[in-house]
Amino acid sequence: MSAEPIANQTPTKARGEVVLEVEDLVKHYPIKAGVFRRTVGHVKALDGVSFQLYKGETLGIVGESGCGKSTLGRTLMRLEEPTAGKVTFDGIDMYAQKGGAMRRLRRDIQIVFQDPYTSLNPRMTVGDIIGEPFDIHPDVVGKSGRKVRVRELLDLVGLNPEHINRYPHQFSGGQRQRIGIARGLALNPKVIICDEPVSALDVSVQAQVVNLLGELQREFGLAYVFIAHDLSVVRHISDRVGVMYLGKLVELGDEAQIYARPTHPYTQALLSAVPVPDPTLREAREQIVLTGDVPSPANPPSGCRFRTRCWKAQEICSVEEPPLIPRPDGTSEHDSACHFAEPKAVF
Amino acid sequence: MTDQQSSEKDVIARDVAEDSTTAGIEPGVEEVSIKGRSLASDAWIELKHNPLFWVSAVLIVFFVTMAIFPQLFTSTDPDYADLARAREVPSPAAWFGMDSQGYDVYARTIYGARASIMVGLGASVFVLIIGLVMGVISGFAAGWLDAVLSRFGEIFIAIPLLLGGILLLTIYPNRAGDPYLLIVGKIVFVISLLAWPRIMRIMRSSVIQVKPTEYVMAARALGATPLRLIKSHIMPNSIAPVIVVATIDLGAYIAVEATLSFLGIGLQPPAISWGLAISQASGLGSVRNAPHMLIFPSIALSLTVLSFILLGDAVRDALDPKLR
Amino acid sequence: MARAVEELELGPRSEQWQPTDGRLLDVDDLFVEFRTRDGVARAINGVSFSLDEGDTLAILGESGSGKSVTAQAIMGIIDSPPGFITGGEIRYCGTDILTLSEEKRRAIRGPEISMIFQDALSALNPVFPVGWQIAEMFRIHRGTNKSDALDAAVTLMDRVSIPGARQRVKSFPHQFSGGMRQRIMIAVAIALDPAVLIADEPTTALDVTVQAQIMGLLKELQEERKMGLILITHDLGVVADVADRIALMYAGRIVERAGVFDLYRRPAHPYGEGLLESIPRLDQKGEELSAIKGLPPNLTRIPPGCPFNPRCRYAQDVCRVDPPPPLREVAPDRVAACHFAEDVLAGEAVRTDVR
Repeated sequence: MSAEPIANQTPTKARGEVVLEVEDLVKHYPIKAGVFRRTVGHVKALDGVSFQLYKGETLGIVGESGCGKSTLGRTLMRLEEPTAGKVTFDGIDMYAQKGGAMRRLRRDIQIVFQDPYTSLNPRMTVGDIIGEPFDIHPDVVGKSGRKVRVRELLDLVGLNPEHINRYPHQFSGGQRQRIGIARGLALNPKVIICDEPVSALDVSVQAQVVNLLGELQREFGLAYVFIAHDLSVVRHISDRVGVMYLGKLVELGDEAQIYARPTHPYTQALLSAVPVPDPTLREAREQIVLTGDVPSPANPPSGCRFRTRCWKAQEICSVEEPPLIPRPDGTSEHDSACHFAEPKAVF
Repeated sequence: MTDQQSSEKDVIARDVAEDSTTAGIEPGVEEVSIKGRSLASDAWIELKHNPLFWVSAVLIVFFVTMAIFPQLFTSTDPDYADLARAREVPSPAAWFGMDSQGYDVYARTIYGARASIMVGLGASVFVLIIGLVMGVISGFAAGWLDAVLSRFGEIFIAIPLLLGGILLLTIYPNRAGDPYLLIVGKIVFVISLLAWPRIMRIMRSSVIQVKPTEYVMAARALGATPLRLIKSHIMPNSIAPVIVVATIDLGAYIAVEATLSFLGIGLQPPAISWGLAISQASGLGSVRNAPHMLIFPSIALSLTVLSFILLGDAVRDALDPKLR
Repeated sequence: MARAVEELELGPRSEQWQPTDGRLLDVDDLFVEFRTRDGVARAINGVSFSLDEGDTLAILGESGSGKSVTAQAIMGIIDSPPGFITGGEIRYCGTDILTLSEEKRRAIRGPEISMIFQDALSALNPVFPVGWQIAEMFRIHRGTNKSDALDAAVTLMDRVSIPGARQRVKSFPHQFSGGMRQRIMIAVAIALDPAVLIADEPTTALDVTVQAQIMGLLKELQEERKMGLILITHDLGVVADVADRIALMYAGRIVERAGVFDLYRRPAHPYGEGLLESIPRLDQKGEELSAIKGLPPNLTRIPPGCPFNPRCRYAQDVCRVDPPPPLREVAPDRVAACHFAEDVLAGEAVRTDVR
């Protein structure tokens, strides 16, 4: 973890204390087959992911579908029990908590989902949806203050408090996502896991929601784990970025390090593939077109998992798995999991 | 951003201003409007404006009243037979005519409601209770418990409702002089025993669809207990297909009673029921000679079944905010 | 197969459909509405554009802008009811295809104008092998026999770079990855060598690395076959990468039509301007995104005046009162539908949203 400040770079937020520490998180889903549902293998959705999240920062997690980023979000929320690994929140071992203690812990970590059309109960009014956190945690806001607080929350996310009695389908996608954010904020969490919070939204509305998230972060000192496949949005909102491939983090660093000086071939390919809204760059940009598809997470390649699609792959890549350790990126160093890590400016 | 956001709020506010149903700005009015809006109360408001609901509700109240207080609707004694007037066609004296034994068809149609309604409602209530509970447990718990409950249900669903009724009533036949309630109870029992897996299966698959949705996950992330998940998220979103099927089935249960009576193993004369009346009216020659014997109990039976189906449809629609 | 024979009797396409001066498709003042329970949704309100051989036109817009409905209208696959084409012409090689019989339109769909969809998994039939589905095009439209059609299918699968085409021709759609499925759908779409290919969000459901592969393939095929390509998307990045011209849609109208370089350099319509400013850029780290305020309008209640006026930062009284401004030429080869297009283009429009 390269936590030291880096020279000649736009100053990022001063790094505070660690609020969430993820150590070697593993989540394998059994594949069952046959009449007796015997386990014939495992989908290795998460295979040893470690990182730290600092207070008030945004850690972006990017990767393609099937890389395990959504599983990461759900496991961090303990919506899924991990196969192995440890998550410490403010010094508390999250997976060791039970019953009331776990419920207490849930106040501090909340989640905002991707699809604003399925993440809100269609048969509950907006007031009930945002008020539900207080039903579950009655000691946060008493019964009498509940209505007032719900209206405050609606106002906070830019919705009209008068709409408390409306149903989700009466709102547009962007407004529904605001409702989801208000629900996430209700218990004053310290960490919010954003699982693709804007990818289902229209471009013009996406910006509104991204701005809202930024504003709320500044106001309440929230830390975000921002999971997305859109690298542009992630760059915009993140202080640090982690790149995932087949259940593992392959590169982790400051936003500028990842985007300007990526050292892992996968990150480079990913960045080069993103179409940039500027036709004049059409010819100028060198696109690294990866061949083939992502291998199945049930049967990942030996050694480095990216080697089957990598143009740098050599003997060692199939034998020895490259660890995620600080490697030089030209200006400084940041974590990368490649034997042949070297910086390459993609644009 | 702040000004953009507030201007968006303005847009929404304008929206509201157009929307006359939204409460005014004065704080006093607001408080009232905010209180006590829930799915149930909104559904009720919706139902109140649905003419189909009123038609079906009035019909159901009418038939249920008929079942409880038949004497309110007629002063004719249904057990008084006048063979001389047998098969008389409808007239001002006997609105629905007389049957083959000289009973007044109108009076017997009124008095016959009790058996049908008791069987229909009684069986539906038990079937729903068992089916819903089993279905929710099975769908929510998944795994081995689900497998056990599902296989258990399949044992019963393998036996056709009518065959089960015939079997039970053949093995434990009614004796002359058996109390009326015992016979009705037997029919309700056999229907409840055999019909619940149908509801359970529908509920189970419905629950399985709702359980992995993001709003259920969001509630879990908030720390909601399983009971709460079921009560406020899973049940309201999975019950719609059950309501529809249950009301259609209610008609089928009434028909089972009628069929059993028709076959001579359900209710027996001197008991009065629509099933018995239809059975007697469908006897040889009767249909042609005295069609009114068949028509009037049949209409009563059809109307009852139809009004429950209509009610089910109306309730299901009212519980879906998207259809408002 | 009676239908197939009938269609074949229409003769070889090369004779019947010949573009004049390279002009393939002319959409002229098209109107489409959907009559729903909640009222009439005016999905398309006077859309006009044209497409030449070898041309790539991007129709760019957000959900509800009418971009997909436009494609469906050209293909003749709008569900009716509730959808109705209430005005306008769609001329293919000079013939208004809206007046043709359903039989004749079916003969155009496939051999002449073809379409690929966003979701390949639901666009392909899950119970038939992919090779069979590609071969079906030849069998129905050309009456090719079974084994020849299957051979042609293998050739096509090779062409769209599906590895091991010969072995995989009998596989089912679910046995392929998303990117491969999209390739199969492209193979089906280009099977009969259409003159126009409509791609409705072809890469939206795909990962970026696969997206690049698919866009590359489409570009290649287009050059190889001189197809006119209509690319329907909301992704400004994809458009910038491949399109020649752009039609920007909002609330069922084209609000700006221009060459791709012109539009990205300087939009002439405030909506285009807002859109370009609101997307985060991969190659720069900005502070705050400049979002367009408000929401796209409900198509059953499009605001009076210019439909964009409630969200526009330059809106004045004229925008709220006058009928929607028509598209007019604001610079050579570019048209925009804004009262102040020249000012916007010159960067001199007056903001009216700052209080």
